[in-house]
Amino acid sequence: MDRFVFLTLDGLSRGAVYAAFALALVLIWRAARIVNFAQGAMAVATAYVAYSVSAATGSYWLGFLAALAAGLLLGAAVDLAVMRFVDHRSPLNPVIVALGLVLLIQAVLGMVYGNEFLPAEAPFSRSALTVAGVAVLSPYDLFAFAAVGVVVVGLAWIFTRTAVGLRMRAAAFAPEVSRLLGVNVGGMLTLGWALASGVGALAGMLVIPTELGLHPHAMDLVFVSAFTAAVVGGLDSPPGAVVGGLAVGLLLSYVSGYAGSDLTPLAVLVLLLAVLLVRPGGLFAPVAARRV
Amino acid sequence: MSATRAAAPPRTPAPDAGPGPAGGRRVPTLLRHLAVAAVAALLLTAVSYGLDPFRNFQLATVAAYLCATAGLTVLTGLNGQLSLGHGALMATGAYTVAFCQTAFLDAGLTGGWWLALSLAAAVLAALAVGAVVGVAAARLRGPYLAGVTLAVAVVVPALTVTFDGVFNGEQGLSVPVEPPPAGLGPYFPYERWQLWVAAAATLLALVLLANLVRSRYGRTFRAVRDDEVAARLAGIHVARTQVLAFVVSAAGAGLGGALLAVLAQSVSPGAFSLTLSLFLLMAVVIGGLGSLAGALWGAVLLVVLPDLTHTLTEQFTLSPAVAQRMEGNLPLAIFGVTLIVVMIAAPGGVQGLLARLGRALAARLPGRRRS
Repeated sequence: MDRFVFLTLDGLSRGAVYAAFALALVLIWRAARIVNFAQGAMAVATAYVAYSVSAATGSYWLGFLAALAAGLLLGAAVDLAVMRFVDHRSPLNPVIVALGLVLLIQAVLGMVYGNEFLPAEAPFSRSALTVAGVAVLSPYDLFAFAAVGVVVVGLAWIFTRTAVGLRMRAAAFAPEVSRLLGVNVGGMLTLGWALASGVGALAGMLVIPTELGLHPHAMDLVFVSAFTAAVVGGLDSPPGAVVGGLAVGLLLSYVSGYAGSDLTPLAVLVLLLAVLLVRPGGLFAPVAARRV
Repeated sequence: MSATRAAAPPRTPAPDAGPGPAGGRRVPTLLRHLAVAAVAALLLTAVSYGLDPFRNFQLATVAAYLCATAGLTVLTGLNGQLSLGHGALMATGAYTVAFCQTAFLDAGLTGGWWLALSLAAAVLAALAVGAVVGVAAARLRGPYLAGVTLAVAVVVPALTVTFDGVFNGEQGLSVPVEPPPAGLGPYFPYERWQLWVAAAATLLALVLLANLVRSRYGRTFRAVRDDEVAARLAGIHVARTQVLAFVVSAAGAGLGGALLAVLAQSVSPGAFSLTLSLFLLMAVVIGGLGSLAGALWGAVLLVVLPDLTHTLTEQFTLSPAVAQRMEGNLPLAIFGVTLIVVMIAAPGGVQGLLARLGRALAARLPGRRRS
């Protein structure tokens, strides 16, 4: 029973990070109808920025802020420099271009920092606190929960309560009409990319210290898990992404706790296939309307 | 649903898309392809005597990659399905060959034909895995399909570590391969024999693929790619066609992986990482989606570009640490940039550019206009 409680809480904290990452995917999907396959590589790049800044200043928090700022800038840069010029009539083109970005970013990181694992420090202790004899969350897990919570609430506030959020939704929903009404559609798209990439950077900062360390390929499996989370929730639904992320985190925690951590990649693949074959629109999709 | 349109259907007119109603007398497709293959085989045999062993080995590697890229171009270019998981299918073929060759050696079965049998088994194994993935893929579109195949590419190499009792983990397995037959003389270079084996298998696969592309099945592939609804209205079973394309493509990837394993005489999960899958996709996109000639350019690129960057980095005097970082990563960076630039600027790839050039030249020649 103790083990179950621990695995559940651990899964939820892992899931919170997946939720943030899935949210980043959903943001871009809603804004531009692109699944950003370069999200993982972009997040790793910002984590390397944090590593450099932390090493230079000796402060984790300066590095953390630098990573978030780098995330925002990188997202905007990717949209302005690359994605804007891609022919969007076929959904394969942005995917292929994003994969080119993956190769490029990982190669540049490998050239600058080398292809070995660098240590990634955590700002808080990662050893679990015990409450009434049961090992529960570590301070770092609480930090992850808080950070993801702030992001989720902040995004919800931006999209539902602010004028910019309204414009972003309008630009994604009806670009032509919005343009006629004076919305800067291209600017909103860039803003969407920047926001999503910033959220991705946060997720990367949170997840990398819990894994093996900093490596150009550190986010490959995390990306697959987060994509699964986004698909479980339905690519169109931000609340779905949060729930999907938590669900995937729980599943992975149970599988690695009860069946062995080697099996977690297989569990992700099985879950992804099962969801796509049974409910392709995700568990939270309203009505499956088929565009012809 | 527009999601099945191909990434960039190259607008090359197919000059020999089957005999038209007033087509006159034409050489049958099969004969034409066999003739091309025979010429290629003769050329390769001649070339294999002129090149040094290392170049022979490189050429053999091109042949192995060509199987996989040709398979992928049938899937992505002709049928409009994206697969990021072909590295995993290559791994399936490679491990099958390792198991078969070891089993044959243990059973004391020696002789060149057992290698052919192992390769056939590898193709069958990849075919079976491809059928499973293909059935799922036929229900998925665009980014969803990309996501699932990406998961396959990440997960399948990890399985070799999970079940390391069978696959021997990161170490991988060795692939025992026979020396060249004694009839070729005692001093026959091993690399030349490797080239012959790889080239023979690849030419056979290419002839089969080329015929498939020109056949009724190839036309249904393209019809499904261009407009799924119209294809369905025309009586084409869309899902079945997509599964068939995936299976054919998987067989090509399996043969390619098997040949790579035979060439390297070993197989390990590190050789079939996600990067390999991305490389394959990049190769077919840069070469030109949808034409087997484009697959050839892509396969050549996969072998030549790392070699070029290696010689390039040797030109500069770099510290060993920097040189080592450059060595592995510079080709990747060049691949990535090329992929992005080609996708934005020249969606037809190398073959598209060549075809355009050829048509421009043909238009200049008086009386030689082809419509």
